[in-house]
Amino acid sequence: MSRFVRLGETDRPIITVHVDGKPVDALEGDTLMVALLSSGSMLRQSEFGPEKRAGFCLMGACQDCWVWTESGDRLRACSTLAASGQQIVTSQPGASWSNHA
Amino acid sequence: MSGASDVIIVGGGLMGSSAALFLRGHGLSVTLLETDLIGRQASGTNFGNVRRQGRPIHQLPLANRAIAIWRQSRELLGADVEYLQSGHIRVCYRERPELVGSMEEYAANARAEGLELELLSGNALRDQFPFFGPDVLAGSYSATDGHANPRLAAPAFARAAARLGAVIHENTKIVDAQKVGEDFIVTAADGRTFRAPILLITAGAWGNALSSQFGEPVPIVPKGPNMSVTEPVPYSILPAVGVMTPLEEETVYFRQVARGNIVLGGSTRGPSFPDQYRAYVEPQNTLSQLKHIRRLAPQLGKLNIIRVWSGIEGYMPDSQPVMGPSATTSGLYYAFGFSGSGFQIGPGVGETMAEIIAKGATDIPIQPYRIERFATPS
Amino acid sequence: MVEPRIIIVGAGPAGTRAAEACVQAGIRPIVLDEGRRDGGQIYRRQPDNFTRPYAKLYGSEAGRAQALHETFDGLKGKIDYRPETLVWNIAGGQVWTASQTYQDALPYDALLLCTGATDRLMPVKGWQFAGSYSLGGAQVALKSQAVSIGHKVVFMGSGPLLYLVASQYVEAGAHVVAVLDTAPYSARIKALPDLLAVPSVLWNGVALTMKLKRAGVAVYNGIKPMEINGNAAEGVSGIRFRTGAGVEQQVACDAVAMGHHLRPETQLADLARCAFVFDPVTRQWLPERDGDGRSSVAGIYLAGDGAKILGARSAEASGRLGALAALADLGLPVDKGEMASLRGDVGTYAKFARGLAKAFPWPSEQASQLPDDALLCRCEGVTAGDLRAVMRETGAQEANRAKAFSRVGMGRCQGRYCGLAAAELIAAEADIPVEQVGRLRAQAPVKPLTIAIGDDQ
Repeated sequence: MSRFVRLGETDRPIITVHVDGKPVDALEGDTLMVALLSSGSMLRQSEFGPEKRAGFCLMGACQDCWVWTESGDRLRACSTLAASGQQIVTSQPGASWSNHA
Repeated sequence: MSGASDVIIVGGGLMGSSAALFLRGHGLSVTLLETDLIGRQASGTNFGNVRRQGRPIHQLPLANRAIAIWRQSRELLGADVEYLQSGHIRVCYRERPELVGSMEEYAANARAEGLELELLSGNALRDQFPFFGPDVLAGSYSATDGHANPRLAAPAFARAAARLGAVIHENTKIVDAQKVGEDFIVTAADGRTFRAPILLITAGAWGNALSSQFGEPVPIVPKGPNMSVTEPVPYSILPAVGVMTPLEEETVYFRQVARGNIVLGGSTRGPSFPDQYRAYVEPQNTLSQLKHIRRLAPQLGKLNIIRVWSGIEGYMPDSQPVMGPSATTSGLYYAFGFSGSGFQIGPGVGETMAEIIAKGATDIPIQPYRIERFATPS
Repeated sequence: MVEPRIIIVGAGPAGTRAAEACVQAGIRPIVLDEGRRDGGQIYRRQPDNFTRPYAKLYGSEAGRAQALHETFDGLKGKIDYRPETLVWNIAGGQVWTASQTYQDALPYDALLLCTGATDRLMPVKGWQFAGSYSLGGAQVALKSQAVSIGHKVVFMGSGPLLYLVASQYVEAGAHVVAVLDTAPYSARIKALPDLLAVPSVLWNGVALTMKLKRAGVAVYNGIKPMEINGNAAEGVSGIRFRTGAGVEQQVACDAVAMGHHLRPETQLADLARCAFVFDPVTRQWLPERDGDGRSSVAGIYLAGDGAKILGARSAEASGRLGALAALADLGLPVDKGEMASLRGDVGTYAKFARGLAKAFPWPSEQASQLPDDALLCRCEGVTAGDLRAVMRETGAQEANRAKAFSRVGMGRCQGRYCGLAAAELIAAEADIPVEQVGRLRAQAPVKPLTIAIGDDQ
């Protein structure tokens, strides 16, 4: 179930973003946040509580919508445009610097 | 007269707060005076290394005394100061192979003082700690060092001291100290005075202002640590890590706290202004720190920093503190000028100063720190 | 004479009008803006390939929005415009910027900070659940992305934006369940004399409320939020509140837009070492400035909502005024008569803003009433009870001290969303005036800065 509801501007070309390995349809001009929340309902896991988060301010101020790319880069979902071929993961990919395990 | 006690301590950082606690343990009454709030400058803004390795060999007995206190800090203080004995690694880069010899020599001497260090090649390090970059040539691993939270430590010592009866006055800026007869009279900016037969100066970068009043000026230079912290990421880096190099700019270090943030420190220190009670992080120093962090641990380049900070630290020309009795005035003691390296030994300094004051002597070697080394020959 | 370098931070109403004034004086200013496009938040522009007309996007303010955008478009080529550029620090007479990993340090002769505002939030138990958004965020979703933040949306808080965004949602076809206003209606009556300073804006507000009611949206005044119901896995499921009459009620929803008017983004002024004063009307610390926008630091000027919340119309006037003051201080000829007239405009808007602050008061008492298990700081997951326990244990009563011990305000947002409420909670707990709690000192970077900064330079 989606969290966001599209209310117009739906006549845009469709692009495909991969989220946790699964293809997700989005529209050209979507932010990553809108792309993710128009097909799903969460962006990430809170570090300090049990709850999932889905962003808060949408203007780059609250920093609650950072997601990871498969290669371990950080993207702020509300201020990054969705683009075809993006590989997004909603939890930190296996910490390549880890000395646990 | 606002109060008479056995000992007045001027300066409520980690040294003064821990000295207050241990002096109470010896049964002496203590008044601790702090300009601002406890532990807000050098003690509260440093990196949080609880590291023995890399200290001068002559300082290891003091560092060993301190580590024993850190290990029992939770019971002693009734508070969690986030002490983690999770190891410390000092590394050197490929272009300075001569430092491997220094590490070996240091390890041999440290062993005699009870500090066990394991030397590892760059590849062995990278096997065990995959965050190290390819430029790392070798490292010295101390399994029994670690880190703690500076924001919490000094205030926790002060609260523990207060519970044992130490009297603490914050927001009390001392403007004058004199010995009148058998007693020291210490005067605050607002006119309050405090009296005691013993005076301990633990005033950090402000120490010289007071030692000068007793004819013992020292060439202390105020600076500020260059600190940053990342956003929280899953906890996976156990040891604190630092670079051994003769260049200040290359000297960076990091540690991950259990909550996940990675604290970054080092590279060029910033200016600090004790008179204005301000320290600033210079943006170019932040940038240079991040550049050298990328070299040390390239993967960290994918993370963001969310905050930088600094504080007011006092540096001595030989990087060694002023610690011990005054050479001019009986009943006067000093412990300041820890030159950016006081956090680990702090509780040991407090315990040692309390011992010197209460018993008149200590087994801990403090000869290198005597204030007379700065006296101008007359 | 070498052309003086003027840097403008922000490309919203204040920044745009400041840039225009510079260009008219023959100067080519540098305009630094975090946004991908100009317009700021209030007149945020939709992406290029969106087609909704101005009237649909900005309603009664369509004319102003269009005029501002057209002005900015006309300035291109005459200004050094750097979008998607974060100013992360100001120090040593330089503005420190980051754009992806590219970094720069720009010296200036005059610096205009037009940094805008973010929502002022009063935490409510459960506000960490997914589906809780800031009011401004809800508006951004609609305006710049044509989406609603949920299938069934409640607007809760207070301030003019509450009614504006709710009615924009209704008009766009979103399902708005209720508007829950913490301000009692009586406050609005009392504020009327000040609100009449700008009658057109006042009537806009009245019309919005009527429109909402006609659309069947339940509008409650004088409510007390009790809890945002929900769970960790699915997010928001409803709101529990007390009506003005004291009756407990619940509404079901999957999204809530929260806010109590706005707070200025003052971090850069703070890093630039500008002096701050406490404003008792809004209970916020604001950078000091004279009637023209000069800060306490020579060469630094403050305009728009980033200095004080006076609204978009005022921002256009104060942006231009600040630029004229900077030009005058640089020895360039300016129209003194125009400056006087702009000062008059800003004064009128200030009276209206005072009225708004009275009509939609910041419910400071709610901070002290937060239950112990309510999250206060969303970033660090610190509850109201955690902060109270730290205060009891350590005696901390000063904002930065409480932050150091409790981590409230220490997270990624740097206290933007919890700082004001935390100060109110501390003040109430310690029984001291909120100004005595002080303010969280700004620490660079203003927003997260990548460790890879400068990597390929």
